Amino acid sequence: MTATPPTSPSKIDSSCRLPLFALFGGAAVWLVLSSLFGLAASMTFHKPSMFADCAMFSYGRAYPAWSHLLVYGFAIPSGLGVGLWLLARLGRVELAKPFLIAVGAKLWHLGVLVGLVAISAGQTSGYEWFELPRYAAVILFLAFVLMAIWAFVTYSRRPEKSLYPSQWFVLASLFWFPWILSTAVLLLQFFPVRGVVQVAVAWWFAGNLLNVWLTLSGLAVTFYLLPKLTERPLQSHYLALFVFWTVLIFGSWTGIPMHSPLPAWMSTLSSAATVMMIVPALAIVTIVIKTCCGANKPCGGGPLCYSKFGAWCLVLATFVAAIAACPAVARVTDFTWFTHGHTTLRLYGFFAMTMFGAIYYILPRISGVAICPRRIKGHFWLAMLGALLLALPMIGAGIKQGLKLADANVPFLDTAKAAMMGFRMGTLGELLIAIGSLIFLANILLSIVTYYRAMAKTAYADAIAIQLTGVKP
Amino acid sequence: MKSSSIVFLAAFIALSASWGGFVLAPQLQLGRADQTKTVPAEEKYPLARPGLAQQGAEVYRSLGCVYCHSQQVGQNGVKVEVVLLDAGTNADNTISALAKVNAQLGKPENFIGLPKKLTEVADIGAADSIVKAVTESGGKIEVNVIPTGADISRGWGKRRTVAQDFIYDSVVQPGTRRAGPDLANVGSRLADANWQLRHLYAPQAEIKGSTMPAYRFLFEKRKVGKVTSADALKLTGEFAPPAGFEIVPTDDARALVAYLLSLHAEAPLFESPVTPPPAPAASTNTTIVAVRAEIKNYTASELLSVEGTAK
Repeated sequence: MTATPPTSPSKIDSSCRLPLFALFGGAAVWLVLSSLFGLAASMTFHKPSMFADCAMFSYGRAYPAWSHLLVYGFAIPSGLGVGLWLLARLGRVELAKPFLIAVGAKLWHLGVLVGLVAISAGQTSGYEWFELPRYAAVILFLAFVLMAIWAFVTYSRRPEKSLYPSQWFVLASLFWFPWILSTAVLLLQFFPVRGVVQVAVAWWFAGNLLNVWLTLSGLAVTFYLLPKLTERPLQSHYLALFVFWTVLIFGSWTGIPMHSPLPAWMSTLSSAATVMMIVPALAIVTIVIKTCCGANKPCGGGPLCYSKFGAWCLVLATFVAAIAACPAVARVTDFTWFTHGHTTLRLYGFFAMTMFGAIYYILPRISGVAICPRRIKGHFWLAMLGALLLALPMIGAGIKQGLKLADANVPFLDTAKAAMMGFRMGTLGELLIAIGSLIFLANILLSIVTYYRAMAKTAYADAIAIQLTGVKP
Repeated sequence: MKSSSIVFLAAFIALSASWGGFVLAPQLQLGRADQTKTVPAEEKYPLARPGLAQQGAEVYRSLGCVYCHSQQVGQNGVKVEVVLLDAGTNADNTISALAKVNAQLGKPENFIGLPKKLTEVADIGAADSIVKAVTESGGKIEVNVIPTGADISRGWGKRRTVAQDFIYDSVVQPGTRRAGPDLANVGSRLADANWQLRHLYAPQAEIKGSTMPAYRFLFEKRKVGKVTSADALKLTGEFAPPAGFEIVPTDDARALVAYLLSLHAEAPLFESPVTPPPAPAASTNTTIVAVRAEIKNYTASELLSVEGTAK
């Protein structure tokens, strides 16, 4: 391949505009919808019969709709969008076939919509974190592959040959998702395996999605934005490489809880891998501290705040999960809200926050429209408080519930009610997140609309000029 | 890392290793599991769920019951009880044989008021010497394996749930959360179909203060015709429909209840022994007939005879 001269950043940014508008815009809409379903689901715990006449919002359908929209609607498209931009920027090359990537993005959102309708109508697949039925899953697979192909083409055309850590993370995530998704679709939905092997496949998929895919995609951003925003070099590339390897090696074996009808060796191995995830977490701590320390940059509620907060949440969630993987603790925390708590911390606290930061960093560059810093700051505080209020009380409630469950003398109803305080705080957290998501949606839509309005104005002015002078300006 | 091929190689090796471990290996170990026999009764286990219950499993999946209910009983360990049934014709002989195994066991007062629990041991193997001593001297002895743990004490099951319990299910939903109680054996625990229907319609009517949401959309509220329908729910107090109306379960509600009543996972298996075996649950088919009979206010035997003639 002949080396092309490096392209200017603004040209690269404008090549990303169309697909990134599609990915981010859709992600923001799904995020708002997801938090509405989350609110509906949590209301069930305040008034159990609230949706007794409305199947769509009953807990067993609102909850999967929440997680489906959060993971497939928001997390994956935003992670993909940011990843595409990173590949183009770090490779100093324009995005290949932006139009086709935008088509892929629209197709992806269509798949998410089909999945949502199916879940609300009771067509859920029945596997946690993989609720969409097979026809929706196939659409998502095709859309992802369409986008990933052009991401790889972009990558192979890059004139900048040296690799930055973020690129490894994005590339691995592009490779990871089609593999795990195709395994889940084929072995769970087209040619279902027998008995509990289904459970093994579903948990393997969920573990890889939540603990590997999200981590890879989120860390790509963290390792790019932290040095950029603090104007210091990443400390260091070797540690980042170490994080990369350990997340791949240990993360891919997580996901199987201690209590399961599967053979004991599987949960033992998975618990060990979950504990070993402390190793990359410690390396991340070192990277964040050494990169940010000494940089006299107040984060002021901007992208740097989001990135730092996200990284700390990832570390916290990893530690909490590792503690809960120890058999003595798992005896109490399995089957309780504890797991939900640390998964939420990972999803909202780490991944969503990191993505918000990245999108607020990228969007003004590709649209040329500045986002009001006060709205970014407002969203930060709402989202941060919301994530903490949603996750931490659930962790506490889970322990309380688990201790009561383990004591057979406590009536079951008391164990169920032990989590009530957690739910009250959680609903408040969900409400803050919902308001925050609305601000996020407004920020994104305003940027997109302002951009197209400016385009239209220029086009209109040009047309008038041609009409008046007869000469094309 | 200079070369991108190393990135792909790393990802490929890591992912294929975990794929081999958590997808391929369980498939090789359990993917061909088939019906087995219970121990020691040698009955076939598990039996496929009857049609209505299978439809109910789909309703269970569609309503997302799994987000609040697990279907796996855990156990912490087992308690092995050695029960002396009969000392044999020559009791002295048995006493001295037992005394040789353990001086505590050989006490004559152990032989008064048989059958009597002699001792508890750590596992079945530890009971072997006692069993041998008693049987060789002509006595009769029984070793009972009783699983222990909070779930078992709650009455959620007699033993832990194992892979064998799920081989005929697809989608398998063991669940990971207990916002509601475990349902692995709900068919044995709460076997009254009418109770289940009323509980689905208004959980708080049956269990005061229950946190379970009501599933009124699974029922039809309709005007009473000339006579009250036979399958109308018998509700009282605040949950009763207004005068002139009745609450009738839809097909989904009936199927769901048939599925719930088909949930039994307590047959004693080689990998999860329980003795003495629990009283044999009515075969699932009879249960379903019983469900339909109760809903329609027939007796099961009447319905069976009707269905028999239909065939």
